[in-house]
Amino acid sequence: MSAKQIITPALRAAVHVRSSKLTPELTKSAAAYLSSAPSGGTHALPDLPYDYAALEPSISAETMEIHHSKHHNTYVTNLNGALEKLDAAVGAGDVSAIIGLQGALKFNGGGHLNHTLFWENLCAKGSSEFPSSGPLKEAVEARFGDLEGLKKELGAMSVGVQGSGWGWLGFDAKTGRLEPATCANQDPLAATTGLTPLLGIDVWEHAYYVDYRNVRPNYVSAIWDVINWGKVEERLVAATK
Amino acid sequence: MKPLKYSLFAIISACASSTASGYRDGSPAPFKLPDLPYEYDALEPIISQKTLTTHHTKHHAKYVNTANQLILRSEDATLKTLSQEEIIKNHKDNPGLFNNVAQGWNHSFYWHCMKPGGGGEPLGMLADAITKDFGSYEYMRNEMETAALTAFGSGWAWLGYDTKKGKLVVTKTTGAGNPMTDGIVPVLTIDVWEHAYYLDYQEKRAAYVKAFFDKLVDWEKAELNFGLAPMGSVAAEL
Repeated sequence: MSAKQIITPALRAAVHVRSSKLTPELTKSAAAYLSSAPSGGTHALPDLPYDYAALEPSISAETMEIHHSKHHNTYVTNLNGALEKLDAAVGAGDVSAIIGLQGALKFNGGGHLNHTLFWENLCAKGSSEFPSSGPLKEAVEARFGDLEGLKKELGAMSVGVQGSGWGWLGFDAKTGRLEPATCANQDPLAATTGLTPLLGIDVWEHAYYVDYRNVRPNYVSAIWDVINWGKVEERLVAATK
Repeated sequence: MKPLKYSLFAIISACASSTASGYRDGSPAPFKLPDLPYEYDALEPIISQKTLTTHHTKHHAKYVNTANQLILRSEDATLKTLSQEEIIKNHKDNPGLFNNVAQGWNHSFYWHCMKPGGGGEPLGMLADAITKDFGSYEYMRNEMETAALTAFGSGWAWLGYDTKKGKLVVTKTTGAGNPMTDGIVPVLTIDVWEHAYYLDYQEKRAAYVKAFFDKLVDWEKAELNFGLAPMGSVAAEL
């Protein structure tokens, strides 16, 4: 028997039982190696870390339910569909089909990434105040002067997005500074700008229309009350490692 | 020649109804917010009074007002002499100006693509052209629905007359885009920005698009638009 014939089933068995003899990184790459899906398998809609009503009155339970269980869910479903097609195209060596899928991958993959980040950087009002000291406070002061400066600049940029898109507080690893940014549609921040996403604000109309109709500025004002600053700081610390 | 006579007839009819119809109005800024061609509750239950009121008096009005402000405060005096169509065709390089003028035009056009008790199939010369260029109404409608559903984000689906190809085509645009910038004369549009349907259909864009074709679309107005199309303009410049 060739080495490959011995190693492959052994790896498969070890991955299956999540053998403690394998490090997590090795398990993951082994799973990807063994998987017939080069794109790594299917994605799932993450649960929210809170009830649908937790972000009221800034964002209603009705909005949260439709936003999460319909919009985000559709991105996940369509992403999985696109990845299946991608796997088939890669397997067949069909470059034209691979290229043809890029729009669907960017839109649905971006939608999944963006919304996953979004739910985590929101929390019930009062449950995560802006820190009075530490790396986030220092970084915000360095770039914006103070928290109000951040709200004003990122708020204005988010309100000013034409059509559908996102406002982001990003981290620029090259300069070591925070940068506000906006992206169109579901274009993901990292892949589009190179910035690491710390805080996302969804300004697609579906994010606020039920609660605020056309008045996007009121939604952006209100969302500051439900930002999970602890999570934002966690992401900043991870990005600066 | 029959087609030319028809076009003249269409132009005369268009002139007659031009005063309040916004998109046929070739006047320069300040642009007026045109009235809806029906009451705010006329399209219930397919599009609610709540939606039409917010859509017209908030969204559309804001585009018109912002466009006027940008033009009247601009250092470029020639802008004050141009019609909406001229600005759309010649000023894509100025996103703030383009977005607001084009969205003003797009909405004026959209209101006239619908009517209470609308729906059904196209008529007359437009029906013939659809059969010639798409094979059937069903095929064209399927193309339109697909375009409407695959416009990622905010945008519009269009049935238009491509002056270069000499035939009807279905296209989609994002944001404020209008196919007249590509030499395509608009015949029919459906607004698929979320604000057009969210209060009534939430995320179910497909249900809104289907209801638009089943119950709202004004094929008579679409035929008028088509009649003007070979002239290369929708605005009645006479």
